[in-house]
Amino acid sequence: MNAVWSYLLAFAVWPGLLLAAPLGWLELWFMRKLVARLQGRRGPPVFQPFFDFMKLLGKRTVIPRGVNRGIFLALPLVSLGAVTAALAIVPLPGNPAPSLPGDVVLLLYLMEVPVLCEVLAGYVSRSIYGQVAAMREALLSLAYNLPFLAAIIAMAQEAGSFQMSALQAAPYSLVHPLAALTFLLALPARMKLNPFSIANAEHEIVADSHIEYSGPPLALFKLSHAVEVVLLTELFAVVFLPATPWPLLNLLVYLVAGIAVLGGVTLLATTTARLRLAQAFRFYWVWGGVASAVTMAATLVR
Amino acid sequence: MNLIERVVAISRRRSPWICRLNAGSCNGCDIEITPLLSPRYDAEQLGIELHGTPKHADIVLISGTLTLRSRQAILDIYDQVPSPKAVVALGSCPLSGNVFAGSPLVLGQSLDSLVPVDVWVPGCPPRPQAILDGIARAASLLEEGATRSQMESLLEGGQGRPS
Ligand code: SF4
Repeated sequence: MNAVWSYLLAFAVWPGLLLAAPLGWLELWFMRKLVARLQGRRGPPVFQPFFDFMKLLGKRTVIPRGVNRGIFLALPLVSLGAVTAALAIVPLPGNPAPSLPGDVVLLLYLMEVPVLCEVLAGYVSRSIYGQVAAMREALLSLAYNLPFLAAIIAMAQEAGSFQMSALQAAPYSLVHPLAALTFLLALPARMKLNPFSIANAEHEIVADSHIEYSGPPLALFKLSHAVEVVLLTELFAVVFLPATPWPLLNLLVYLVAGIAVLGGVTLLATTTARLRLAQAFRFYWVWGGVASAVTMAATLVR
Repeated sequence: MNLIERVVAISRRRSPWICRLNAGSCNGCDIEITPLLSPRYDAEQLGIELHGTPKHADIVLISGTLTLRSRQAILDIYDQVPSPKAVVALGSCPLSGNVFAGSPLVLGQSLDSLVPVDVWVPGCPPRPQAILDGIARAASLLEEGATRSQMESLLEGGQGRPS
């Protein structure tokens, strides 16, 4: 099969849209159900994220006056396209796309695109709440990206290559658990979950930067969030868990690890309250910085 | 009705997002909405989510007597809800003005004369079960394409068949 087709296949089917969307919905449902059970509620039925998505697809889109139509409608599409492309790079078992040298850099870049889209979505909406959310999102990303990038770069340094398959195949060492912890530190903020749900603080700024979005564009933003959840959890599993020679077992381990990570961050989210932006910033630059430094130092020890 | 339209219609019933609007209520009705989200009634099991912005809502809950100052706000917020949409009126106030009727600050008219109301939930204040039931009924109307705004757009021929 020619390489372009295998990329398209990876983008559209597995690990891309067709299979990542249901998986993402399932994971979102798992998080909502877990929150509900922890709060002593019953929680939504298993198809809930799917119903939310389909309903939004069938609604009209209201575009605020004075907003650039093209940009307003393009942002959710770009966001979804970028996360799906990023997911297509992750060497999950059965991924038909060949691994490229330097694809980690591409992956890290693509993972920043949805954040950028949300920031822009807040700014173009002409809503003050949206703009505050966008500002918070932009500042927060400066904070959580320190441990996030440090974890991946330390792994690349350890593997001696910026290629995903090399990261996956790196022999297990001290760097793995340290980098995994550093990665986990950044995860709640990347997912905008509770102590760091500063950008989507619904009680202070009504909604996140999607406040002016409605109908299908909002549905695409929600879908892109679902795919992002899959991307983050599977990236964690692929990079930090030792791979076995059996692809099917690998897949199972990755999925279970993804669910376990989600369970952990959800537990954290239900037991904590929202921090202020300055507190979150300080947390990431102090503790994220310490964790990054320790992880980086560990790559130097042989 | 083809398969996709059918799935969208079912999704409208299974995922009603609400936004609430206090048009001049004594807060009695509004405080009865809070228990819906709490463990006892847990509206999330019906897919109900409370959203702060009308742009995300399917159903607007309007509580309270209509005052001179809230009239324009009701019209504006109703317009911002993307169709298909439904309106649920909470309590006796939106219908009649209740104990506030006759006050010079109060519009002497029913909510129905401003926006098309689909479900009236009577009571002063209504019980949480009744509010939940009202939302569920509005969600079923959305599924059937039978809310008043859906029917009106049908009559105008703007939207084609209800889906
Ligand atoms: S119906 Fe009763 S409880 Fe509700 S706003 Fe009116 S006076 Fe208050």
